Formats: sequence, C-alpha cells, structure tokens
Amino acid sequence: MQEWANQLCENRQFGSKMTDSKYFTTTKKGEIFELKAELNSDKKEKKKEAVKKVIASMTVGKDVSALFPDVVNCMQTDNLELKKLVYLYLMNYAKSQPDMAIMAVNTFVKDCEDPNPLIRALAVRTMGCIRVDKITEYLCEPLRKCLKDEDPYVRKTAAVCVAKLHDINAQLVEDQGFLDTLKDLISDSNPMVVANAVAALSEIAESHPNSNLLDLNPQTINKLLTALNECTEWGQIFILDCLANYTPRDDRESQSICERVTPRLSHANSAVVLSAVKVLMKFMEMLPKDLDYYGTLLKKLAPPLVTLLSAEPELQYVALRNINLIVQRRPEIMKHEMKVFFVKYNDPIYVKLEKLDIMIRLASQANIAQVLAELKEYATEVDVDFVRKAVRAIGRCAIKVEQSAERCVSTLLDLIQTKVNYVVQEAIVVIKDIFRKYPNKYESVIATLCENLDSLDEPEARAAMIWIVGEYAERIDNADELLESFLEGFHDESTQVQLQLLTAIVKLFLKKPTETQELVQQVLSLATQDSDNPDLRDRGYIYWRLLSTDPVAAKEVVLAEKPLISEETDLIEPTLLEELICHIGTLASVYHKPPSAFVEGSRGVQHKRLPCSAGSGESVDSPETSSTAGVSDAPPAVIPSQGDLLGDLLNLDLTPTTTGPPPPAVSTGMQLGAMDLLGGGLDSLLGGDLGGNPAIGAGFGAAPAAMPASFGAPGSGGLDDLFDLGSGVGMPMGAYSPPKSVWLQAMKAKGLEISGTFARRAGVIQMEMTLTNKAMSVMTDFAIQFNRNSFGLSPAGPLQVLTPLSPNQSIEVALPLNTSGPVMKMDPLNNLQVAVKNNIDVFYFSCQYPISMLFVEDGKMERQIFLATWKDIPNENESQFQIKDCHLSSDAVSNKLQGSNIFTIAKRTVDGQDMLYLSVKLTNGIWVLAELRIQAGNPNYTISLKCRAPEVSQCVFQSYEAVLKN
Amino acid sequence: MIGGLFIYNHKGEVLISRVYRDDIGRNAVDAFRVNVIHARQQVRSPVTNIARTSFFHVKRSNIWLAAVTKQNVNAAMVFEFLYKMCDVMTAYFGKISEENIKNNFVLIYELLDEILDFGYPQNSETGALKTFITQQGIKGQFQTKEEQSQITSQVTGQIGWRREGIKYRRNELFLDVLESVNLLMSPQGQVLSAHVSGRVVMKSYLSGMPECKFGMNDKIVIDKQGKGGATDDAAKSGKQSIAIDDCTFHQCVRLSKFDSERSISFIPPDGEYELMRYRTTKDIILPFRVIPLVREVGRTKLEVKVVIKSNFKPSLLAQKIEVRIPTPLNTSGVQVICMKGKAKYKASENAIVWKIKRMAGMKESQISAEIELLPTNDKKKWARPPISMNFEVPFAPSGLKVRYLKVFESKLNYSDHDVIKWVRYIGRSGIYETRC
Repeated sequence: MQEWANQLCENRQFGSKMTDSKYFTTTKKGEIFELKAELNSDKKEKKKEAVKKVIASMTVGKDVSALFPDVVNCMQTDNLELKKLVYLYLMNYAKSQPDMAIMAVNTFVKDCEDPNPLIRALAVRTMGCIRVDKITEYLCEPLRKCLKDEDPYVRKTAAVCVAKLHDINAQLVEDQGFLDTLKDLISDSNPMVVANAVAALSEIAESHPNSNLLDLNPQTINKLLTALNECTEWGQIFILDCLANYTPRDDRESQSICERVTPRLSHANSAVVLSAVKVLMKFMEMLPKDLDYYGTLLKKLAPPLVTLLSAEPELQYVALRNINLIVQRRPEIMKHEMKVFFVKYNDPIYVKLEKLDIMIRLASQANIAQVLAELKEYATEVDVDFVRKAVRAIGRCAIKVEQSAERCVSTLLDLIQTKVNYVVQEAIVVIKDIFRKYPNKYESVIATLCENLDSLDEPEARAAMIWIVGEYAERIDNADELLESFLEGFHDESTQVQLQLLTAIVKLFLKKPTETQELVQQVLSLATQDSDNPDLRDRGYIYWRLLSTDPVAAKEVVLAEKPLISEETDLIEPTLLEELICHIGTLASVYHKPPSAFVEGSRGVQHKRLPCSAGSGESVDSPETSSTAGVSDAPPAVIPSQGDLLGDLLNLDLTPTTTGPPPPAVSTGMQLGAMDLLGGGLDSLLGGDLGGNPAIGAGFGAAPAAMPASFGAPGSGGLDDLFDLGSGVGMPMGAYSPPKSVWLQAMKAKGLEISGTFARRAGVIQMEMTLTNKAMSVMTDFAIQFNRNSFGLSPAGPLQVLTPLSPNQSIEVALPLNTSGPVMKMDPLNNLQVAVKNNIDVFYFSCQYPISMLFVEDGKMERQIFLATWKDIPNENESQFQIKDCHLSSDAVSNKLQGSNIFTIAKRTVDGQDMLYLSVKLTNGIWVLAELRIQAGNPNYTISLKCRAPEVSQCVFQSYEAVLKN
Repeated sequence: MIGGLFIYNHKGEVLISRVYRDDIGRNAVDAFRVNVIHARQQVRSPVTNIARTSFFHVKRSNIWLAAVTKQNVNAAMVFEFLYKMCDVMTAYFGKISEENIKNNFVLIYELLDEILDFGYPQNSETGALKTFITQQGIKGQFQTKEEQSQITSQVTGQIGWRREGIKYRRNELFLDVLESVNLLMSPQGQVLSAHVSGRVVMKSYLSGMPECKFGMNDKIVIDKQGKGGATDDAAKSGKQSIAIDDCTFHQCVRLSKFDSERSISFIPPDGEYELMRYRTTKDIILPFRVIPLVREVGRTKLEVKVVIKSNFKPSLLAQKIEVRIPTPLNTSGVQVICMKGKAKYKASENAIVWKIKRMAGMKESQISAEIELLPTNDKKKWARPPISMNFEVPFAPSGLKVRYLKVFESKLNYSDHDVIKWVRYIGRSGIYETRC
C-alpha cells in the first residue's frame, strides 16, 4: 500500500517544491520513534510536519495509534491548521484509546469558549465525532452554550452536533432537553441554522417513528418555506425532503405549498429539483383533478425532468430511475417527451438501459413508428445486454400497441436473419409472447423460427421454442422430430425446458395421437421415474392420469383456450410504487426497493404513503383523523366520498411487500393440485383400465409407491369434504346465510373469479369465498382489504390462502371479520367495497352483506326495557313493511328467527291475530325493535320496525324477509 | 447521510479517506476497491450496493471519488456533492490528479471537514471557503473580531457566495453565451432529435454588492411586453424571440422572482461562475448538414462518400471542424480524397478523421474514401456507428440574444453606464451525429 508513497518520495527529491506528498514517505523501520521525537520537538514547524506525516500514514491504513499521547500534546496550539490535523487524528483513534482521549477534553472545553467563532464551532463539531462516553458527558455543557451562541456559524454546527450526540446516546439527548432547543432553532433568523436543525430533527425523528418530534404544522411549514428561499442549495434539499413528510390538511393548503415549491424546479442543483418534484408529486395527490392549477402543475413538471437528462451521466441515471417511477404513476407528464429518451451512441450503458425502459413505457400509437425505428437501430449495437433489451422492447411494443404488431414481427424476423446468436434467442422469446397475445395471426413465421432451432442454447429461448412447437404442432409437419431431438438430452435441460417439453409433447400427442404414442410414453416416464424434481414429477403424473382416464377431458384441459396476456409488463406493484414516489431522489428510488430492503436497523422500517386524494363531492371530517395528520403514517385527513373508491383502495396497504410466500408452500401447492386432479382417476387406473396400453400400465404400477399416502384416499373431491366440515361448524345455530353469488368475474380480474357469501357462525362473522383461478398462471400472494363501510367491517386476520392457486383450481376460504374497522356510511347501507390482491394485480368489487349477520347473540331485550324503549322512540322512526307469501305458524316464525339472533320478547294473540314482539341488536349497539302481526289464514305478514337509527330499518326488514323465506 | 468519502487512484490505492459515520468501517474502503475499481467492466451503474452498503462513485481522469452510506440517502444530492467537491478541489489546486491530491492532502482534509458535517453537505461555495480555509494556519490569529464575524455571517448567510467589501478600479463584466448543439439525423436527412443546451457564463469584476438584472430574447417575456407596446414592435421582436424549454439558475438568482415575473435578478459571485443553463428544441439553426453515402462493394470493400454543407451567414466562419467517419474493425486499408482540409485514417480509433480549419457559411465540401476489408467469417454485421462532427461557430444556434445586463450598486458611486460589458457567443457541437 505504501509503495506509491515511496516512489513518490524519490521523484519528489529532485524537485525543490515543498509539497505535502513527501509526508507519505515515512515507511522506514523505527519511524514511530522518529515521529515521536519530532512530535515532541520544541519547534512548531517540525511538530506540524510530524503531525502531517502521522495523518498521511493514517490515510493509507497504517496503525499510528501508538502516538496518541504525543499527538494529543500538540493540540494546545494557536495554529488552526495544526489543531485541525490533531482533531482529525483524534476522531480516528479516540475510540480505540478512550482513556487517553480524555486528555483532550480540557482543550475542547476551553476551545468552546474561544473568542473566535470558527474555533468554537470547530471544537463542538469535533467533539461530537468522538464516540467516547466520558467525552460525551463533557460535551453537554459546551453544546448547550453553542446552541445559543450569538454567531450563526456556531449555531448551525451545534445543530448538527445534536444529531451526532443522539447517534451516540439518544437518552442523554432527551434528558438534557436538546430536542426542544433544536426545535426552537427552526425559528432561527439564519436560514442555514434552520436548514441544519431540520436535517438533524428529520434524522432523529426517523429513529423514533412514533414521536411527534418534527411537529409539522402550518406555522412551522411557513417558516420552512421562508427559509427555503434563502438558504444554501444543500439546505434547500434538507428542507424539501422534510416537507415531503408533511400531509397538508386540505387541498387549499396543498396548493399553496406547491405554489411556493415550484420555483425550485429552476434550480441548477438537480437534487433540489428532484426533491421539489417529490413534494409536488406527493401533494398533487390531494388536488382535485378538475382544478386549473392541477393541470398547470402537471405541465410544469416535464421540462425540469427533461433538463435533468443533460446533467452528468451519474445524475442522469438517478433522474432516469426516478422518471421511470413518475411515468408509471402519472404517464401524462412525460407522454410527449419520447424523443429525449432516445439513446445516444456515447451514453454510458447504465443510461442506455434506463432510457430504453422508459421508451417502452411511453410507447403509444402516436409515436410507435419512431420508437420502432430507434429500437431496430439499437439492436445492431455492440453491448450484448443492451441489444437483448432492445429486442425484447420490440416484442413489448407489439404487445402494447396492436397497430404496430405486424411491423414489430417483421422487424424481429429481420433480426433473426442476422443470425447473431443472442439476438435470435431473444427474438424467439418475445415472438412467443406475441403469439400468446395475437393467436392465429402470425403463425406464418414459424418456419423461419424452426430454422434456428439448433442455435438456441439458453433455457428461456429453448423453452419458448418448444412452447411454439407444441402449441402449433398441427401446423408443423415434423413437430414430433423436433421435439424428439430435444428429448435426447432431457436430463441435462433446465427445469424450465423440461416442464415445457413435457407439456409440448402431451399437446402434440393430443393433436396427433397416432404417430406420437411412443414419444409421449417416453417423456412421461422420463418425467415421473427418472426425475428428482417434484414439480416435474407431479406434472408428469397429472398428464398421465388425465390421458389414461379421459382423453377428452385431457384435451379440454391441456388444449384449453389460454387467457390473453396483459399489455404492461414489469410494472411496479402499486403499493410499492406509491412508497417509492414518496422516496423520489433517494437511494430507494434508484434501487426501486423500499428502504427496509437495504437499510439496517429501525431507520428503514417506516413505510411512507401518498396522501389521499381529495374528494370532489362532500367530505366528512372525522374527528379522530384530522388532528393526527403529520408524520408519514398519519391517516389521511379527508375521508373520500364513495366516488373515489379507487383512489382510496389504492391507498390501502395490501402487502407485507418484501416477504413472498415461504418457498415450501410452492411445492405443497403443486401436490395439493395434483391430489385434486388425481382423486378421481386412481382407482380406475389401478383397476387396469388403461385403454389397452400395457406400457402405460407398467409405468403406473410403479407410480403409487412413490406417492404420499394421502394420495390413496378415496377420490371424489376429498378436499371439498374437508372444507364442508370446516364450514359446517356453525350450522347447528341455524343462522341464515344466502347462497354464494359471483362477486368478481374472471373476465374483469385477469382470470381470478370470486364468489362468496357471508355468514355468522358461532358468533363470528365470516366471509366465505370460493377463489377460482381461470387463468393460465399460478396465483399467489393473496391479500384482502375492505373500504370503510357502515358497520366498520374489516378482516380479523389475513386472507389465508396458504398454497398457490394453480390454474383451474378452486379454493374455499373463510375469512373471519370483526367490526372494529373505520366507519363510513355507505349507500345502500350494507354495501361493502373490497380489494383483493394477488401476484398479478389488485382487483376491486363490491358486494352486499345480509345485515342479519350483524345481529348479536345477546340481542334479547328485557320485557320492561322493551316496552319503555318502544314508547321512547318517536313515531316518525317507525316503518311498516309487508312480508308476503309466508305460510309459517307464529311459533315456527319465532324459532326460525331465533336461529338468526332475532329474539321474541313476547307474544300476544288479539282477535285471531298473533303479535310477536321482537328485538335485535346490531354489532354497533343499535337496537331494532319489531312488532310482527300474523293473521291466521293470511300469508301476508305486517311488520313494524322501530329504531333510533331509522336508516337501518330497510335493511333489517330485508333480513327478516330473507330469514323467513329460506 | 453520507457515511464516508474516499478518493482512490487508478490502481485502487486510497489517497484520502474520511469517515463521518460510525456504521462505515475501514473494510468499506477495500470493498469498493475490490468490487468496483478492480472489476471495471462488470460494474454497470454509478451506484453499487455491496453487503448493504451503498457506494456512489464518479471518476475524474484517473481518480475515483466514492461516497459511502448505509442509509437511504438522497442519491441526487450525493452526486451533486461529489461534483461540487471536484469543483472546489479544482478551484483550490487545479486539475484533479493523483499528484495534486497527494500534494494537497492536508488541505483536502480541511475542506472535507468544513463542507461535510456528519455527512450533511454545508456551504461549499469556493468564494466563501477561500476566506477562511487558506492553508496559512497562522492567519487565524491576525483576524480581527469583525473579520471573523464577517466570515461566519458570509458562510451561513443569505449571500453565501459573495463577500462584502470587494473593490475594483475598473468595473467590468464578461458574458459568454456557450451553446452546444446536439443532433441525431437519419441517413435520409430527417432530424430524429435536436436540441441546444446552453450556458451563460459570467465573469464579474464589480465593486460592492451589485444588484444585477439580466434580460434575453425569451419568448414569454417579449410576448408579455408586446401586449403592452405597439403591435408593430411586437411582431418584429416576436420573430427574434426564442422559446426556451427550460432553464436552471445559479443559486444567486432569485427563483421566486423568476417564477412570478420571469425576471432574472441576482447579486453575482465575484469572478467566474455559471449564471444559467437552458435548453431549447424549437427553430434551432443546425450549422452543418452531413450527407453520408455508404456502399458495400462485395464483401471486402466499402465506398464512402460524405458531403458537409454549412448552413449560416456567409460572412461568418466556423472553426475546428472535424468529421469522424467510423470504419469496420476488419479494415485493412483506406484511400481518401478530400477537396478541403486534411483527412487521415486512424486505425487505432477505427475511423477516418477529416479536419478542416475554417469554413465560411453557405459552402459545401466533400470527402470520398475506399475502405478495403479483410475477409472474416464473423457472422455479426458491422454495427455502422454514426458519423459524428465537431465544430465551433461564432453565434448561438438557439438564436438566443442577450438584451441587457443592468448593474445597480446604490452604496458605491458607480452606475450601470460605468460598467464595461462584453458579450460573446460561441456555438459548439455537442453530440452531432448522422447515422449512415
């Protein structure tokens, strides 16, 4: 390490110039002793020289801690330069020599009283960097004085020192009351003091997520905005980053802050610009979209973002990563700026790749011709990664912009003709996707693709090609030969290719059964007998069973029509995107990962969210939310009206973002799926009903041994039975539960169908759902969230879908609910808006629950109270309904109603008319009283309902009707 | 915030290492060397995450500057700071080289102590720094109390970029409008993208604390004035005004005033600084047009003909013209004929470089070349990089004109008329490419 220092020494000796590099030359033996002598020299110059040598050695990583006492002795000096050098040494070694470091305390304390503000500041700045407990204790008094120093330079240094001290000993800072002093500094007259105080407070607040340390209120915000105009560029960044944590009370405040932040967009410092963009992007969420100012703001954002692209390449990279997020959140901002993302020949590779990403995001019918011309150009460049990405981009354009598909395909064919290996492979992968998106349109190119079969050496490309051959087996004459050629090295292929090959051959068999029997047997036995991979084995068994049981059904399953693939790929999940928007400009936005993914300790744990958008209709201020608006996790201050359901649901944090399902779940999922499918066929299979195919029979003879015992369970939907048992627990209560209805159609939810109902079982409200996967890909990561609703219904736990949902698989889920969620009146009252998330997307639907499931078990009122209450409720709260066509006796009615927690308090018979007095209590404590009149021989009953909250009457009546009629 | 800052030479030996945060250890110094400097080709991002530690780096000639952190810092700020750090070092000791860094390591440590506190960037304006970081340690004692408080108020003050009490016998200022014009043109002569990024660089030698106001032919301003004045005037000036897509300013410019009135007012730093940057995309004067013609004659020969046309007033002269025509990697020999200037095949750069010293406006010149190729069995086609061009012209391709720069200093006895002002326009090629 010291080699260069030595060399330099020799070179230097020729020159007479006195420079510092000579200090790097002390590597001889015994140098420590020499240095020691020099440090203790009487001559000031010699001392200083010696200290410089020490620092040089320290820089290159040499241990010079042995000189500690000698260096510290030099501290008492009038020479500022020397003093700074000694301090530098102290900061490095004090921790390793805590006992000796104490020797320095006196000088520090004395320096903090120096008439020269530069020296006072230097002392307090350095002292904060020495992480030795004893010194920290001595720091408190000088720091307190410095925080109130007359000189702003000392105050701004002291402000940062509080953050340093907090990092060493948080308790001490709190006990000493430094936090309050720091808060006072936000009102300081000097802008730089304000900026540093803001920076220090923000940092301290980060490690105390729940403290109200950065008590941001309109007054402090105003102070910050004033300081913003006056402080250094760095100070502006601290202030803007802090502002971004504030949640304005309403759209007006939001707009006024935006107005004062927009001038920053013209700052020469890119970080100031990006931080300003962050504040604007966040506060814009609160502005009503019909506001003129909203449009103006949108227009103002594009030019500064484009300007960032003429900055230095490193900053361009940061800017591009952020623009990528901004484009996903608000595509309208950059939609006319396609050209600025065209790649320049000399751009660094990291800039090129990012630009390409954004180009695809911005591609639309209007600009597709230009984009394609560019992409074609890029596909001939040198850098392999870049070329691959460009080819892939062409495929994505085809899928995104239908009008361009034809041109994209012909461009890809041109590229395949170049025969450049990685270009061909990449092109085949994307052509597969194009086939999926536009079935029966471009199959004419298959011949060209087949020519390149031999050159494919990457698993993804091989799998894609095999898929194409299998999918279009009927059009490819030698499909069997092609697939057979892959089969030779079956065990050397990657899992991806093996799985694809298995499926493709089965497809081929179903299409051309006569010629390919041997082939299919071969692949099935390869997959089930010779493979250690459970996924492959299970898929093999499934096909085997299917084929042997019911070839027609097999055809339906294997050759089923595939759902179309979605247009946008690589989209960041909405919740994560929102969080990242709150982190514009920071590392999180560069990595596209939440801070918790790369920051240790408590700092990164807080999740930031965008504020709620302002409702255009009436907005209800709820008392408990308006006061706590502040730090990032504060609830939104404005409750949106129903019209903004989407915006509201988008805000819900559906995910435990970073953690996926535990890996073992995947394989159990596959096994469950297999069990389900195999259920029916096992018996018949063992019975030898194999369609006269002894080979397959022999294969299966071995198979059961390898299967887990549970496979032997008698078939016919064993799983369903289990679920029925589970769901039957509450049944004896006889509570009415409506039949399941379809809530979410597969067409609207990328293949996820949800049907369901509500029930009250053993006092627990349950939402019972059947999730069906009608898409081609496995669904995982289910989560559910409700919008605010009239009775505060919310899930009592996470949605328990433990295993991934395979295609064509259904799963029954019972989700227990509680009523402690946020409340908002809905119309109709029993409307419930639900968001369900899976690995593919987030879906929204609404359903209505029978209000009877909210009737609690202790809803039986005392007679006296019933009477008093009945009288007490004014008559205008009474409503009358007819229940028609009911042929039950009054006792039967009473029994039936009791099953649903509607209790009979009393029964009177007047003039052949039975009068039942009934009470019901809702989960939120509302009592509904009823008088039910049943006339003998008349199938029409009359019911009067009385309630202090008359708006529930209609719903309650519906429940009565439903319960009685079912 | 920034946890540490390291400077390395090209071999990865550390020249400066300053740690600000406890979570950054000495091993971080080695991690960067091993994972980034020694693995040059593999690292494809200026931000690298190694073992939960993030490294930001920039390179200046052979020198690597790396900032290290374990937190979710403002990434844009870290890079801006690294550039600023380079500016400050350049202002103190010139070029950033291994030699200069070693010779000034004490100074650099002193600077790093001042401009980064606990990883938070502090005032980093050289104008202010030079008042108290002088490398003459003794100076501290001779400062009077007034001088000291003047320094501190300047460093922390609203006008941190200028000190009080500057005096010049001759008040003078120089404005340079420096533009770089960028073009990407298709082989058919279609403009794929073109923009001008310009800078207004000011050298001010003015006494006191002068208040300045800068005006240019910004379309928005002219249109605004046009509405009030005579219609004739508006029509006339409207023609000459330019649409500026976006501009950014030095921190001395009052941004809120620009935002509300679009007027550019400021108290300038002393000496040279960059007042503003701007970008235009409309009505750009493209000083040169390149017309390429490449013909592949068989597998072993290429014929290239390139015509350049100058497209500006005949009275003006373009200088330092250079056309760079890329040649395939398997080129074995080149014959060139050009009417003007000198052309040479440079094998090491895989290009024919054609240089012309001067060329007047509205002229045309041509070069033709025959390129012999070695037969190869490389299937990959030659990528045909674009033909690029360099030049310098004495006008602003964006059409920007300085209308005025007014100076007011109420406390001293000089007025706007006494200030000697110089304005110069230079248009240079940025990335000026024509695909072939």
